Amino acid sequence: MAEKEVLIEVKDLKKYFNVGKKAVLKAVDGVNFKIYKGETLGLVGESGCGKTTCGKTVMGLYEATGGQVIFDGVDIHSLHKKEKKEFTKRAQIIFQDPYSSLNPRMTVEDIIGEGIDIHGLYKGEERRQRIHQLLEMVGLNKEHALRFPHEFSGGQRQRIGIARALAIEPEFIVCDEPISALDVSIQAQVVNLLIKLQKELGLTYLFIAHDLSMVKHISDRVGVMYLGSMVEFADSDELYSKPLHPYTKALMSAIPIPDPKAEKEKKRIPIEGEIPSPINPKPGCRFAARCKYATEACKQTTPELTEVLPGHFVACHRVKEVNALGL
Amino acid sequence: MSENQQKTMVQEVPLTDDMFERIGTEGLSGEDIGKQSLTYWADVWRRFRSNKMAILGLILLIAVICLLFIGPTLSGKDYQFIDASIKNTPPNSEYWFGTDDMGRDLFTRVCVGGRVSIYIGLCCTLVMFVIGSLLGALAGLKGGIVDDLIMRLCELIGNLPYLIIVVILSMVMGRSMFSLVFAMSLTAWVGTTRMVRGQILQIKEQDYVQAAKALGADTGRIIIKHLLPNTLGIIMVDVTMSVPGFIFSESFLSYIGLGIRPPETSWGALASAGQQQLMFYPYQLFFPCLLIVITILSFHLIGDGLSDALDPKLRQ
Repeated sequence: MAEKEVLIEVKDLKKYFNVGKKAVLKAVDGVNFKIYKGETLGLVGESGCGKTTCGKTVMGLYEATGGQVIFDGVDIHSLHKKEKKEFTKRAQIIFQDPYSSLNPRMTVEDIIGEGIDIHGLYKGEERRQRIHQLLEMVGLNKEHALRFPHEFSGGQRQRIGIARALAIEPEFIVCDEPISALDVSIQAQVVNLLIKLQKELGLTYLFIAHDLSMVKHISDRVGVMYLGSMVEFADSDELYSKPLHPYTKALMSAIPIPDPKAEKEKKRIPIEGEIPSPINPKPGCRFAARCKYATEACKQTTPELTEVLPGHFVACHRVKEVNALGL
Repeated sequence: MSENQQKTMVQEVPLTDDMFERIGTEGLSGEDIGKQSLTYWADVWRRFRSNKMAILGLILLIAVICLLFIGPTLSGKDYQFIDASIKNTPPNSEYWFGTDDMGRDLFTRVCVGGRVSIYIGLCCTLVMFVIGSLLGALAGLKGGIVDDLIMRLCELIGNLPYLIIVVILSMVMGRSMFSLVFAMSLTAWVGTTRMVRGQILQIKEQDYVQAAKALGADTGRIIIKHLLPNTLGIIMVDVTMSVPGFIFSESFLSYIGLGIRPPETSWGALASAGQQQLMFYPYQLFFPCLLIVITILSFHLIGDGLSDALDPKLRQ
């Protein structure tokens, strides 16, 4: 584990949307992280905190407002057309909604084969063989190839989406809440499929979700986002056993425990108030308005993501006092 | 335990395997059998075919069009030939629809006039379809200033009273088929543009278009593979529904004297002439109107059938 190769490095990534005169929605505001080859990085946070935007900007589907996404040494937002096409062969995305992510007018064969056609990987009989192989890889039959998306259930459609992403043999896949639209039993199937494929093909994942237990199950390291910025970042076990940021603590306390006794005795940390609007946010710590430890300083300056413990990054001014780390 | 119940228990027969028959096991390999998969358009045709009214519309339309083309040959008359000795003859075995106030064979005139009406309907629809989808797609795809310009142009043209444009154009360009088509299609593309733009705006944000982008597809591929097939259905319904609208408009313009110039004729012009004879010779109004009604009805039936057939949600 000593020599881990960085596959993707995200530096101070910003994505703003103009939503009217002088109103700027800061969906992603200065996010930093690294993803090593072969690992899974989980990204959690509540709805509207910018996880999906972050994932899509990393993929280059959104033009970044600021910052860099360095994939294998190159900033993907500075690429020209041809290089960009090369990049798309190495990085893929699985979408959240299995209903809108498949073109209703195309057969499964054409949907999965789209990447193969664009990059000219296989033709004719080889192409068909490859598509059948992909279908079987994700647990579908080759008889499904000539059908249309509407003939499948949500879980099957998500598998088709996975097969499409795998078709061009990428190294890196952004999984944008691939399980949140599915019911629980199918969720497990899809997650296990993703883990199996990672082992077989040596994939690297950026796994975006709001289901904390699922993220723990699949991720090596986890980042917690709140309102467009990263508040805590650590190894998955570390983060779940020892959350340091007040927001993460509250989030972790909300995970249900599958034991009625323990669940009853568990102390939940409630957060007061609503999530503030990301349009023209106030300066200072984003969480300050809802944080019971917040001081005047928190409302004035934005805390940096700093390494508090080895490999454990937190963006909070008062992290040491709150957690009595005594440093 | 009552006596009755005990009796039943005694009579119980042991169940053996040979008493059971396996049914429904073919379901185990159900995925292999499957129905024969159809392409999208084959499926649309299958559903269109199963709609009786739509098929009736299609048959009616084909019958009318056939009649328009072989009609004059069948009757063996010339639509411009005037014979004062037979004017205002009621329908009979010689003159199937009778003759008009100048003694011209009405059947032949209805056929020839129908060609003009349908020709104008199709021409205007074609112009509307081409301009409307091009501008709509451009506005939806490019957005920004291009979108603003096209939409303002739409509002400008859409707000001009249609009749005034037609009157001015027919004064400037003279009364001809071309000026009529030009005047009618000048205003008609606005609706199509708005509709196509709306569709494109909606579809281009769909995940499957983003997925295609993520796979490295260029704009051309996205338009041809994703945007066009998903808008074409709605455009086709709009087109089918517009044809009768244009036929109607042409009839109306001819009726108020702005349409086709005599001795050329159209259904509208024939109805206009027939209206003057309505009190004494009602058949002169009846036959052109009958043809207009049948044609418009059949286009509407086809359009209705298409919109049902093209909607994936109504698929069984």
